[in-house]
Amino acid sequence: MRVTVRLFARLRDLAGQGELVREVPPASTVAAVWDDLVSEFPAFAAYASSLSCAVNAEYARFPTPLADGDEIAFLPPVSGG
Amino acid sequence: MTPRTGLTEHALDVAGLARLVEGPAHGAVVTFVGLVRDHNQGRRVTHLVYEAYEPLAVKALDRIVTEAAAQWPSVQLAVHHRTGRMAIGEASVAIAAASPHRADAFAASRYAIERIKQIVPIWKHEFFEGGDAWIEGATADPENADAREQALRTACG
Repeated sequence: MRVTVRLFARLRDLAGQGELVREVPPASTVAAVWDDLVSEFPAFAAYASSLSCAVNAEYARFPTPLADGDEIAFLPPVSGG
Repeated sequence: MTPRTGLTEHALDVAGLARLVEGPAHGAVVTFVGLVRDHNQGRRVTHLVYEAYEPLAVKALDRIVTEAAAQWPSVQLAVHHRTGRMAIGEASVAIAAASPHRADAFAASRYAIERIKQIVPIWKHEFFEGGDAWIEGATADPENADAREQALRTACG
């Protein structure tokens, strides 16, 4: 199945793009998508303990299973205000 | 009518935000405005660029308004955050809280800014003399009860 990955702030800079499309096996989780990204962009590993994620613009957890067409966002620590 | 929460690339209208929440039963309206500062961590800041995950940021702002309404039922709250490039001295965030008595309006506005810094997916890209850096603050987790409790304690002084 195909999912869209959204990256923000420094993660976007590290990847060189803010939006990626990835083919993943059926019933993949957010964690599996993240692990693939860490393989692709090793500098992402530093965010393992400080990262948040969202699925279809709702906060989610890493074990969350995905469906075809989902949008997964990986969010470094926030700094609004 | 302007919504109570929102993101905008344009200058924030603090007086307009206050008018959104004011009513005849209110004896107080507190406004908070966050400004772009010319220094941070010993660096001379030249400007900031704010990036947001917009649909989730608006939902997070709505959540903060809902949380504040549960805590201070008499308070009317509005929160707008700016995105994009901002010069020193410009307003990046504006909060207006109106209530019958001032204590609740002060507390709710303080709570709102503390929660913004905890859970709203917005990031500051700081440009300073000699370089630039993404500012990374809190790991966003709206369900984190400790963080919420900390914001409440700060708000209630």
